[in-house]
Amino acid sequence: MEAVALKDRQNQIHVKGQAPFNITCNQDSLAGAVSQRACVFCGSRVVLYPIADALHLVHGPIGCAVYTWDIRGALSSGPELHRLSFSTDLQEMDVIFGGEKKLRLALLELIKRHTPKAAFVYSTCIVGIIGDDMEAVCRQVESETGISVIPVKSEGFMGNKRAGYQAACDAMFRLIGTGDTEKISRFSLNILGDFNLAGEIWMIRKYYERMGIEVVANITGDGRVDDIRRAHGAALNVVQCSGSTMGLADMIEEEYGVPSMRVSYFGIEDMSEALYDIARFFKQQYPDDPEADAIMENTKTLVQEEVSRLVPELEQYRQALAGKKAAIYVGGSFKAFSLVKAFRLIDMQVVLVGSQTGTKEDYAELEAITDPGTIIVDDSNPLELTSFLKEKAVDIFVGGVKERPIAYKLGIGFCDHNHERKEALAGFEGMLNFAREVYSSVMSPVWRFVPRKQKTENLPPAVG
Amino acid sequence: MTKNHPNYISTTNACKLCKPLGACLAFKGIEGTVPYLHGSQGCATYMRRYIISHYNEPIDIASSSLSEKHAVYGGGPNLKLGLTNVTEKYRPQMIGITTTCLTETIGDDVAMFLREYALDTAGSKELPDFVNVSTPSYSGTHMEGFHGAIYEIIKQRAEGGPGNRTVNLLPGFVSSADYRLLKEIMDDFGLACTMLPDLSETMDGPALLEYEKIPAGGTPLSAIKAMGRSRATIELGRTLDDEETGGKELEKSHKITNHRLGIPIGIEETDLFFNLLSKLSGRPVPDKYVHERGRLVDAYVDGHKYIFGKKAIIYGEEDLVVGMSAFLAEIGIFPVLCASGGRSGRLAEAIDDVTGDILPSQPGVHEGMDFFEISEIAETLAPDLIIGHSKGYPLAKKLNIPLIRVGFPIHDRVGGQRILHLGYSGAQQLFDTITNAIIAKKQTDSSVGYSYM
Repeated sequence: MEAVALKDRQNQIHVKGQAPFNITCNQDSLAGAVSQRACVFCGSRVVLYPIADALHLVHGPIGCAVYTWDIRGALSSGPELHRLSFSTDLQEMDVIFGGEKKLRLALLELIKRHTPKAAFVYSTCIVGIIGDDMEAVCRQVESETGISVIPVKSEGFMGNKRAGYQAACDAMFRLIGTGDTEKISRFSLNILGDFNLAGEIWMIRKYYERMGIEVVANITGDGRVDDIRRAHGAALNVVQCSGSTMGLADMIEEEYGVPSMRVSYFGIEDMSEALYDIARFFKQQYPDDPEADAIMENTKTLVQEEVSRLVPELEQYRQALAGKKAAIYVGGSFKAFSLVKAFRLIDMQVVLVGSQTGTKEDYAELEAITDPGTIIVDDSNPLELTSFLKEKAVDIFVGGVKERPIAYKLGIGFCDHNHERKEALAGFEGMLNFAREVYSSVMSPVWRFVPRKQKTENLPPAVG
Repeated sequence: MTKNHPNYISTTNACKLCKPLGACLAFKGIEGTVPYLHGSQGCATYMRRYIISHYNEPIDIASSSLSEKHAVYGGGPNLKLGLTNVTEKYRPQMIGITTTCLTETIGDDVAMFLREYALDTAGSKELPDFVNVSTPSYSGTHMEGFHGAIYEIIKQRAEGGPGNRTVNLLPGFVSSADYRLLKEIMDDFGLACTMLPDLSETMDGPALLEYEKIPAGGTPLSAIKAMGRSRATIELGRTLDDEETGGKELEKSHKITNHRLGIPIGIEETDLFFNLLSKLSGRPVPDKYVHERGRLVDAYVDGHKYIFGKKAIIYGEEDLVVGMSAFLAEIGIFPVLCASGGRSGRLAEAIDDVTGDILPSQPGVHEGMDFFEISEIAETLAPDLIIGHSKGYPLAKKLNIPLIRVGFPIHDRVGGQRILHLGYSGAQQLFDTITNAIIAKKQTDSSVGYSYM
């Protein structure tokens, strides 16, 4: 039988229990392997995208801008400038003679039209090749307009999505430290790595408010430039989706001494743990402060209320779904940890888990929390994924838009857990939504017609 | 009347896609073919995501996945490695290689790399065929990429020889349902036909037990080779290039008469198409279509008063805009703005050709537009409806008027690949959809709540 993976990819696949754990990852994608990954630009674009009062100008030919137009379900409670797709739409003559002049004029035109709080200018592959001095153009426009104009070094070929996350963090770091921090409470935090898909950050902010903690900046869901400017005044950075914004948290810690904490908002277990960790942090900071004690008390009440509210409904789903098999393939592996636990909560078995950009530590942790026989895979592709899905007789596949048709074509249920989704899956309510999503795909009667489940004796005779 | 709007420097919400995407779509319509992007990894992934959201079908596009060092030293080695890996995993009949702005700018010579690769792999079995097309995304739109891929594969693969009875059909970029209809029509006329490309099955396939590495269907390579021996070519599109198209190439290199018509949307344009088929086949139009046409005329009459004098904005690919303008004009709807992100330089003339004898005045026709400009003009026109792909939805919502979804991409509804635009049956569906949308709007806005018209 033909091997599932190309030879150069075989050590990026691990089956728990079959060999000592030693997965290869964080490499350039193999040419011709049809990776599910995007590029540096994509990494920067998705992280900065939800900052709703900033202008996001893509400097390059039209494709990069048009494929990222309104790409995330990242909601804003106010301005919606982020939902527009701005481009310099470079043409052949610009490529020959350089795009700096066009970039400057485009920026001036757009800043005049929209009066944004700041502008992010993304470089694309071609800008890296023709050598436009974006830094100089941005500086010039900044002095002409008085608005912060920040270059994002996101040439597509300069690494993978992770490099793009870092470029986004570098860009945001230029804003931090420029705002007034005077009135910020000592019980305060920044939310990093939540993108307000389907309004998730609003749920999370409410939890923190109920606990008695001030949220200084959303980074970046429903994000605002002026909030980010004063983010260094918060007492703590709470970082979700560690791949994308951990770099920023580290820079803030180094420069301003703000500690950070990694959390996940997915699943009851991780959500509760996140809130308790934060309450404990403040308790440790201020051991004798009654306000810190109040935060801990509020947290207990909150978790109890929320959990007791969702348990009965969750139980229905658990009963229906117990024993079903799930596969997970996501962008960052941190989300995969929570998904493994969330599936366990409803008694489903995870048989495949992988990510586009996981680190060795991430995969080691996945190896530790999954059952023997589970396939763990880095930077996979459609052919590998389909063969794993079939081999493991999976009932539901969790992934993004690119994974959806792979599942559906084979007659397998699907749950979208990527940035285009319109369902809130974070927080306590999110766990319920997640279970409902899984349930409504797995339990649909349509599967009885797909070839995988079709009983051949019921088929009408073929004509011709 | 091509340019009277302000000439903005920046682009906001483009009404076009990039060139390589069109080429990849064209290659998806060739049997056993894997599209391959010579560029960095992101391009392939973005295009896949964009195409999947319309078709809800798997689409595998391979990539050279170039990184920094390749951009400095050239992408040749990665291209060759990529071709070897795709060959090993997909066992394709052909790999369709398109370039990107990155590889065009660093000066990669794909044709030369392919010649080197042929030498490197001389004697090895089961090698696929390779066709390449240059698609720098800084010139032209996805439609130039689409037609460019068709032109290149014909130029690189069509062979001459003893003539046969086949008719070449080059429909351009239409829906999977449209491609299916065209095949059926050719079949009903008894015409042997090579349709290039053919996205009827490859991008709208059945649920499967075994995953197909390359979806079944598409124009067979053997048929493409034989295109140089056909008796005629029908090439659809009134704004196509005068020189470098598949039909022109077959005419130039193989002396095959090229019949160029508009995309058959609406009765007038479809009549031209059927008349040509009748002439080529020596048969009258089959009864089935005579009846379809009759029912369509009857429907036009039944519905004409609900839509007469309504004002429409149309945007999208230039040839689709031309076809839709012809259709709207003939049912009594006035196209007040016809816009495209493309810049063929032929849009205004083509629209005049298909609407001139009906419309009292020429509509506003604009090439090279984005949705910012379309919106700006739209607000001065008080339109009743908008016709185009999903990306016009924000405008429709702002103006509180219906959006009739046609073309590509349909990202906010299911079944985009099954929208029928062509022929009498396509016009029937469009007519019912548009008329009902206008009736529904009136019904919804009315406080009375009539349950009859």
